Amino acid sequence: MSINVLFFARYSEAIGLDSLEMEGDFATVDAVRQALASDEGFEVLKESSLMCARNQELCSLDEPLQAGDEVAFFPPVTGG
Amino acid sequence: MAIRVQVEAFDPGAEVNAMHAANVGVGAVVSFVGYVRDFNEGRDVSGMFLEHYPGMTEKALAKIAVEAEQRWPLLKLEVLHRIGALEPGEPIVFVAAASAHRQAAFDACAFVMDYLKTRAPFWKKENTPEGPRWVEGRASDHAAAERW
Repeated sequence: MSINVLFFARYSEAIGLDSLEMEGDFATVDAVRQALASDEGFEVLKESSLMCARNQELCSLDEPLQAGDEVAFFPPVTGG
Repeated sequence: MAIRVQVEAFDPGAEVNAMHAANVGVGAVVSFVGYVRDFNEGRDVSGMFLEHYPGMTEKALAKIAVEAEQRWPLLKLEVLHRIGALEPGEPIVFVAAASAHRQAAFDACAFVMDYLKTRAPFWKKENTPEGPRWVEGRASDHAAAERW
């Protein structure tokens, strides 16, 4: 399955990418996070305050995934 | 319900007036305006950049507004948030709730701001004398959202 992964704000700066395409079997958002966090340069995804979204809706890390989903990882939001 | 995410500046007074202009059943309008400050956490701030998640931002704000409309008898609700480069003194965010009586308008406005602070995908990057700095989320914002 293919998952489109997006990063925002401090995370996209730390990783050096706004987005990437992942290929593999990922049962949950956390499976994507773990696969990435073990790579050099993606350590920021280990932060306990990390927030995530699936298909542009906030979700928890155990949110199930389907092929073609858009997953986003970002630090706590600071709007307003 | 109106949701706007825009680079352009806005006039908070004109926005408030528009909340009751077309509806004489409106007895109360409560509004909140958030501004860029020139000082934050011990450092001078000469400006900021507001990043967001295009697509999700609008959906997240609409979801919050729909929930407010379900909880309170509102006649109108507007949420306006700016993105991009902002200078100190400029308005960043505007939330206004109109209802027949004041309590629903007060509560809905506070609810939308508290939820926006913790659920809408915006990130502030401040320009300081030491260089750009990402603003960190505050625990007090989460406590504020949890009271609803």
